[in-house]
Amino acid sequence: MSNTGSNVVEALTAPLSDTAQATPIAGGAVADETSAVEHGMTAEEFARICHILGRSPNATELGMYSVMWSEHCSYKSSKVHLRTLPTDGPAVLLGPGENAGAVDLGNGLAGVFKVESHNHPSYIEPYQGAATGVGGILRDIFTMGARPLALLNSLRFGLLQTAKNRFLLEGVVGGIAGYGNCMGVPTVGGEVYFDSSYDHNPLVNVMCFGVVAANDIVKARADGVGNPVIYVGAKTGRDGIYGVSLLASATFDAEATEKRPAVQVGDPFTEKLLMEACLEICERGLLVGMQDMGGAGLTCATSEMASNSGTGMEIDIAKVPRREADMSAYEVMLSESQERMMLVCEPDRLEQVLGVFDKWELDAVVVGSVTDDGNVRVLEGGELVANVPAQSLAEEGPCYDRPFSPPAEHPELRASDLFTAPVAADSQGGTDAGGSLDEPIAAVDVLLALVADPTLSSKRWIFQQYDQTVRFNTIQRPGGDAAVVRLERTPRAVALSLDGNPWFAGLDPRRGAALAVAEACRNVACTGAQPLAITNCLNFGSPEEPDRMGQFAAAVAGMSEACRELGVPVTGGNVSFYNETVELPILPTPVIGALGLLADGAMSVPSGFQRPGDSVWLLGAFDGSSSESAVAGEEIDDAGLGGSAYVRLFHESRPGAVPGLDLGLEARLQRLLVAAAADGLLHSAHDCADGGLAVALAECCFHGADAERTDAQQASGVLEGIDDIGLSLLGADLELPGVNAHANHVEIAALLFGERPTRVVASVAREQQAELERLAAELEVPAVRIGHVTGVDALELESSTGPGPAEPGSDGSDRSNTRSAASPACGPLAPRLTIRGGGSGLLDHSCNDLYRAWASSLAAAMEGK
Amino acid sequence: MSVGVVYYPGSNCEQDAVHAARLVGLEAGTVWHRDTDLSRYEALIIAGGFSYGDHLRAGALARFSPVMGAMERYVADGGMVLGICNGFQVLVEAGLLPGALMPNAGLKFRCQDLLMRVERNDLPYTRACAEGQVLRLNMAHYEGCFYVDELTAQRLEKNGQIAMRFCGPRGERASRFNPNGSVNDIAAVSDESGRVMGLMPHPERCMEPALGSDDGRYIFNSLREAIVARRSISDEQPLASAAGTGQASLAQQTQQVLQGEPEVALDV
Repeated sequence: MSNTGSNVVEALTAPLSDTAQATPIAGGAVADETSAVEHGMTAEEFARICHILGRSPNATELGMYSVMWSEHCSYKSSKVHLRTLPTDGPAVLLGPGENAGAVDLGNGLAGVFKVESHNHPSYIEPYQGAATGVGGILRDIFTMGARPLALLNSLRFGLLQTAKNRFLLEGVVGGIAGYGNCMGVPTVGGEVYFDSSYDHNPLVNVMCFGVVAANDIVKARADGVGNPVIYVGAKTGRDGIYGVSLLASATFDAEATEKRPAVQVGDPFTEKLLMEACLEICERGLLVGMQDMGGAGLTCATSEMASNSGTGMEIDIAKVPRREADMSAYEVMLSESQERMMLVCEPDRLEQVLGVFDKWELDAVVVGSVTDDGNVRVLEGGELVANVPAQSLAEEGPCYDRPFSPPAEHPELRASDLFTAPVAADSQGGTDAGGSLDEPIAAVDVLLALVADPTLSSKRWIFQQYDQTVRFNTIQRPGGDAAVVRLERTPRAVALSLDGNPWFAGLDPRRGAALAVAEACRNVACTGAQPLAITNCLNFGSPEEPDRMGQFAAAVAGMSEACRELGVPVTGGNVSFYNETVELPILPTPVIGALGLLADGAMSVPSGFQRPGDSVWLLGAFDGSSSESAVAGEEIDDAGLGGSAYVRLFHESRPGAVPGLDLGLEARLQRLLVAAAADGLLHSAHDCADGGLAVALAECCFHGADAERTDAQQASGVLEGIDDIGLSLLGADLELPGVNAHANHVEIAALLFGERPTRVVASVAREQQAELERLAAELEVPAVRIGHVTGVDALELESSTGPGPAEPGSDGSDRSNTRSAASPACGPLAPRLTIRGGGSGLLDHSCNDLYRAWASSLAAAMEGK
Repeated sequence: MSVGVVYYPGSNCEQDAVHAARLVGLEAGTVWHRDTDLSRYEALIIAGGFSYGDHLRAGALARFSPVMGAMERYVADGGMVLGICNGFQVLVEAGLLPGALMPNAGLKFRCQDLLMRVERNDLPYTRACAEGQVLRLNMAHYEGCFYVDELTAQRLEKNGQIAMRFCGPRGERASRFNPNGSVNDIAAVSDESGRVMGLMPHPERCMEPALGSDDGRYIFNSLREAIVARRSISDEQPLASAAGTGQASLAQQTQQVLQGEPEVALDV
């Protein structure tokens, strides 16, 4: 047990409210307002500390308040808005407030999930910044006693033409891979966008999902006066001091990289041991409570645990294992050295707990005990170096309702904008897209440029570096709409997706955030999973600027609205402010992580076409498109072109307005997807998102094939031998209904490349399409058949009018075999994507060619090509 | 206990291997690196992961852990040991398998499916495969480029120690089908006795079609057959109980592995 009762200590433990305790305690010089400001605090915040303590804090105490009251830890600027989010629902076991939210997965299992950002550290030191971001979110999950089962990430970088941005992407991906792979937790999904607003401020958001028996969720508590407090894990060093206050809670400037010492350094090996040891201790029920020491380190763990239990805590930092001998109390309390945990157990369990740590060869030390006076008392040897009320650190931080101005509105695009706008420079590689839209670019050239845009192209170069399959539960790997991960020892599976289109949110934060919620849930529903809840990571500029704060307030409102309509509560999240460096803020970037549940993982629906002959259906907001607006050149609304990838590539100066979102239809569409999957009707389902319908259809043709790719992508980034590696690329022969025979090229662009939400491309066996149609009608979701999937024998199918070729598995029961049943789709009869409408051909191109453009572009961009 | 899955601090595939062994009907459990009594296991698997964080070099520290001395005796006494991924690296570092595993060509961690051709179907880990059969497995590693010098490579070829090679869908060899730059497209290599084999890809992750492939079952079924065959020989029962292909070579193999071997635990 820890020290108590030296004479010196007793002399210093007078009640803090006693203002007579004017004598400062040890732990550094008495702090004043100037040093508070140097710590990133305001004069008012300093006055408040003095009021709470009844005296001036010493340097250590000031440091403790500065980190706990930082934006990162206290959510002081965001709290008033976050309170408006819906957090209750039948599936919610734990809402915001704990290390992560928890939902009921049935059979007594709780799914624990959360997203965290590590943006600024990743800009300064991309490998370590991203690695420790992964380490931090993993600790958040296993701190609750849950075994982490899956990681996802959402990344934002500047354009890859810049060597610095390629360096950042390479480092961030390397760091995520280095940490996650070593931990034995599969990285199963994610998303990446490239935009110049992230040039000096890339975003690294990491999501983790874990599972724990619902009754065994561990909380960050320090109950039981006299219980020992255990420190375990890595030694405490000088790394990461000010991580939360100066890195995460302040605007960057040109000297940002000089803050490199504030970036923590990760050691996944220690974390792996820590995770296994902590989970073993949790499984054996040896704990009262546990908290990780990540951001704000010892200060955070001691104050939050004591505050949550209404108790106090006394620790002796002389007992804390240290990397360097001469660290001050201030440095020990503020260090953000990684891979450290704090545990509280009952005295008679102590030996067993320490025994587990010994097995895993970890340093574990009793550093103190739980007290009853509500204070965090920090001793160094016999000397009191800090003594502050736990609750004041953890709960009573400032709360600001900062002034904000509503975001500017962007008018809808008009056809004339697109007729007269100059074509944007060919900035992202792809095909030669020169010329004016008065002489329209062929649709196929637009499609080739879109699929080769790094944001829309295959992310294989990235996710190939992640271990996606460890723990043998990954049913759907990265690249589809959502990842599907089976729950161990049950047939059940969860679907996980991370989404946040920053161009939508940039144009209209409110609708953009609502669209992100809708898309994340739709992606989960595409696999057949019932969306249960969401988490989020809200990346914005400085909250002290009214326009950035206005973006934030609008995004929270939009998220709230969508969550209520779709019936998915918010179980937690993370806010990352101050994402602006040099002069400009990033695009407001609300990232939504959705979790859905599948009763049977084996019934999950993939995103790509599976079998030649299947019917292709459009589900959702397809309404006959431009049939009403007849005359070419007439001022029509933009039909979903606003904010689209098409407009970004070809009409950059005319962003337009974000497409509207019908949340009622969205909810019905998701119900249809879940119901149809449960009935085994769907062979594939894919959300129409970035790049619109044409890109979604192209992806349907190669997603199944990409999952099959086994060849080594050559270092040059060029795919060699694509024609003889047995890929089952498929094609599609489609006729879009309701297209006006005299549609102008803007209308056609809107039809093919508009990004209106709430639309899904599904494929279904011909015998079952009537059932799908009936179900769609019942749920009041528009559904229309547009054609069929083709393979090598496309010509044969073309002439066939009857049902598709007789094949085993036509009842959808053994879908896993259907891919191998399809012959290699290469050679002279290579599959084509053919789209007709209004009596004429709109687009007809070789899928191999499209696939090449899509599959090789990111690797080529990383080579600087 | 039929199969012991050895794991070290930092291993992360031990549960996967136990699960895979159980899926083919083998009794299996984990063996912590401090255990030195291996007598109750009929075969060992060294699990994948990052033993000791791959500090210094993958497998370089694990070879010094207490279990390794026992494992060397186990092998010398005729035991069967399969090293998967990091387990392969450990076996190479420990000198139980030839060669070295270097960072992948391309210098990146790679996780992907790949194809490999069975070169020898008479090993305890391949006897359920057809000769030349192409298996689809999943790999996830950074240091998996198998290297030996030219003379050693010739010796390995001559001795028949090349158990599997990376290949295309029809079993054809080409550099693009070799995902990590291994010499001669070597994907799995055995010791001279054939009782110790290492491979970088993960058969234990490929046991169910829902997870992308169930070709890993060929490896685990082989191991089960080998264990059953040993039991029948020890019981002096006819070998026919281990039905399957390549029985002649199997008999040779089994006799070879039984030379000098003490009692084999038979109770399950």
